[in-house]
Amino acid sequence: MTFMAKPKVAHPELPRNALGLTRRDYEGSNSTLCAGCGHDSITASIVEACWANALQPQNLVKLSGIGCSSKTTAYFVSGAHGFNSVHGRMPSVATGANAANRKLHYIGVSGDGDTLSIGLGQFIHAIRRNLNMVYIIENNGVYGLTKGQFSASADVGTKAKKGEVNSQPPIDPVQLALTLGASFVARSFSGDKAQLVPLIQAAMHHQGFALIDVLSPCVTFNDHEGSTRSYAYSREHYHEAVHTDFVAPAGQISVSYAAGEALPVTLHDGSCVMLRKVDASFDATNRGTALARIRERLRDNEYLTGLLHVSDSQAEFHDLNRTPDEALNQIPYAQLNPGSAALAKVLARFR
Amino acid sequence: MPPKAAPERVNDFVIKIGTVNGTGSASANGLLMKAVFRSGVPVVGKNYFPSNIQGAPTWYEIRVTRAGYRARAGQVDIMVALNPESYARDLQEVVSGGYFVYDCTWPRPALLRRDDVTVLGVPLARLCNENFQGVRTRILMKNICYAGVLAALCDLDLDVIRGLLAETYAKKPQLVESNMKAIQLGYDYARKAFDCPLPLRVAKLDATKGHIIIDGNTAAGLGCVYAGATVGAWYPITPSTSLMDAYKSFAERLRATPDGRKNYVMIQAEDELASIGMVIGANWNGARAFTATSGPGISLMQEFLGLGYYTETPAVVFDVQRVGPSTGMPTRTQQSDLRSAAYASHGDTRHVCLYPANPEECFYFAATAFDLADRLQTPVLVLSDLDIGMNDWMCPDLKWDENYQPDRGKLLDAEQLSKIDKFWRYYDHDDDGIPQRTLPGVSAKGAWFARGSGHTQYGAYTEDSRDYQIVLDRLRKKWITASRLVPKAIIENSAPIEGEGNGTNELAIVTVGSGDAPVREAIDRLRAQGVAVDYMRVRGFPFGEEVETFLNAHKTSFIVEQNRDAQLRALLLLETGVEKGRMRSILHYNGMPLAAAYVVDGVMAAVQDRARPAAQLVR
Repeated sequence: MTFMAKPKVAHPELPRNALGLTRRDYEGSNSTLCAGCGHDSITASIVEACWANALQPQNLVKLSGIGCSSKTTAYFVSGAHGFNSVHGRMPSVATGANAANRKLHYIGVSGDGDTLSIGLGQFIHAIRRNLNMVYIIENNGVYGLTKGQFSASADVGTKAKKGEVNSQPPIDPVQLALTLGASFVARSFSGDKAQLVPLIQAAMHHQGFALIDVLSPCVTFNDHEGSTRSYAYSREHYHEAVHTDFVAPAGQISVSYAAGEALPVTLHDGSCVMLRKVDASFDATNRGTALARIRERLRDNEYLTGLLHVSDSQAEFHDLNRTPDEALNQIPYAQLNPGSAALAKVLARFR
Repeated sequence: MPPKAAPERVNDFVIKIGTVNGTGSASANGLLMKAVFRSGVPVVGKNYFPSNIQGAPTWYEIRVTRAGYRARAGQVDIMVALNPESYARDLQEVVSGGYFVYDCTWPRPALLRRDDVTVLGVPLARLCNENFQGVRTRILMKNICYAGVLAALCDLDLDVIRGLLAETYAKKPQLVESNMKAIQLGYDYARKAFDCPLPLRVAKLDATKGHIIIDGNTAAGLGCVYAGATVGAWYPITPSTSLMDAYKSFAERLRATPDGRKNYVMIQAEDELASIGMVIGANWNGARAFTATSGPGISLMQEFLGLGYYTETPAVVFDVQRVGPSTGMPTRTQQSDLRSAAYASHGDTRHVCLYPANPEECFYFAATAFDLADRLQTPVLVLSDLDIGMNDWMCPDLKWDENYQPDRGKLLDAEQLSKIDKFWRYYDHDDDGIPQRTLPGVSAKGAWFARGSGHTQYGAYTEDSRDYQIVLDRLRKKWITASRLVPKAIIENSAPIEGEGNGTNELAIVTVGSGDAPVREAIDRLRAQGVAVDYMRVRGFPFGEEVETFLNAHKTSFIVEQNRDAQLRALLLLETGVEKGRMRSILHYNGMPLAAAYVVDGVMAAVQDRARPAAQLVR
């Protein structure tokens, strides 16, 4: 349970990052999710990515809505502030928090119900504002906490645990984000940590809205025969289009790539994502062809995964609003107060 | 037979102008009102406009009030009717002995017949068609032309009007001349055709010095700039939109940095659910953030307001109330959200509310609201209304105390955190129900997890009955603390009428917000009729002790408010121990601003008929 403190036993030889912190320093309280839940694997990937990025724990801000996925923000980086808000409304809380302090890193964790049903409006408007945050959807196609109803991401023909078959078409957050102009769009699978960790690392360095839709099987309500979101089905229909390696700013590119095999994309802070093509016909820097390719594969019930689109030239929320480089919540009142002399001048207009 | 000439009433009469909305009459009406104000005579400007962009009837009412009353008069002495669609009802509204001015380019002798009203025809359209070119110019100049007619009828100083035009069109001097030409056309026609000035006229006084004319939304927007707000998130809704517009325009001017950046951010949200979410997120992260909305927005914000209450996150919400239920009448005024704001959201949720009565209080209450929100770590709702927010009020000059420093409450910084053993978010260290708070990004030691689900006093998730209840009971204690911190009720006791009672008054009037102006005027009139009443205006919720003490000290308190269901009285019944029979309602809820006469009639009806059982008088 979340109120149980996790025992902190640090082995002296645990590897340390640039801040001298171990992975244990990025953990949170114990998960209360079902044993084998895909969400817990995602939590582990977030811990790994934050550690690998050598993020100061207090410089992370964790935001979530309501649902199984939204509970997970308590399970990583306990040294960071978290806000578990109301159902589907995490993006607005993130927008306000980000407006107040642009200096911190914002990570939102949501689910398919939280994002694609009750929260669809706020989700797309956060994309539209190009809010500088990482937005992870832990997508299991089902409502877990209320015991197994279909979500808006359930595939046509997928079968619920009690046998009902879904007939409504799914809302795909990846296609939605691409059509709305999102600047960083990725899909992954909770069971593929090797793919997911560098994606989260890169998303945290990306300046703007970074969406990672993570297929994450629900072991209790959506892991049976006939479900299109089970572990077995996901592994079988999951198709990596592009593999991402993340290279920190001023980091050495230690992996060697054959010429033409990898495409480096440099992010605003000098960090770099190396896109290694697995599928030769895929171009992640071209929104239109990426979208076409995702659709084509979906017709064959294949989920294309990896960093599906990235463009680092779009102005993010604060740039669009021309706020100062410093955080708004750090500006001393003396600079915000126009003073009584200015007030006297203002009043002249009202005489 | 011409109507009997009205007795002379200098500086005490009402002009109402009926036009078609979207024709640009606002500038002419503003010019007239300002001309009276610049003549040193107190004035009230009320705008009765439709929820429409163009083509519907609209009115502007100017009350010239020597006594400096701030409410609507409730009668019309001079009607300027420029909208044939509303001629009939406009004529009906004129008080006996009054005047009706209309555009006689198209004469309507049969329709406009009232023996006790003087009808004055001015061929406004013909004058403007003969003297100006272009359709739009002719329409605009027709408005300015009636301002000239009124200047002649009411003896306004043309130099004052010229001065105002010169200021308005400082950057386009050619417009000063064309506008003055239209003024002069109307002025000269009226002087020639009628016996000017009328007995209802303006004579210069010196009673407006140190005052401004401002609406409550503008004052509140300015107040937010001075209070140090840096984040404004909103979804447009009448009648609150101009508050955000004002904040934006003042911030643009007063908050720009030398390098062209802005020390604030305005976010037009996708809906009110998002705007309050943004406000809560920004305040949680240490910015002073606010929103402005009206009743329907408050309904949409309920869930988040409950989250703000339970996670103990500051937020400031200006609710410029309008007529409900549902969409109601968006451009009409009411005190419709007193109850829904106080208890917005499910569960045992309650909110600190402030009730400004006029634009100057809208200005000062902005900083009060942010200070209370930070100090008490809870949403604060400022309940203005359309009458305060969008009408033109004469106010004492706004002042700013140079020594003001925002009260950020119990906000621990990194140094304070380093000195404590452990940070417990919801622990009552000071026995006032207010816990300590930290901001993201300051120190990992101060990290905590905000959640709308059950939590312990240490900030952890809980489903334990006792742990849950400890936090809920502390919130109740904080509420008691809040009752001591909100602005005190204004209480003014009147001297008893000689020979009546035993040295104190039995009767009182209690009101809230924009009830202030008409009730004060009513108290003067009641006194002239031999009835002395004491006065209380509540300004904050939870009610302070003084509210209950006052009510218990009077045999009967008339609770004057602008809604059907006696919402203030309901709050007083729920939140004080005062017995029901002591409070009698006087309710006004037709959407027009309250006038003193309605209050006087309500009190007199009760006073003159004491034999009637109380139950009949209580609604």
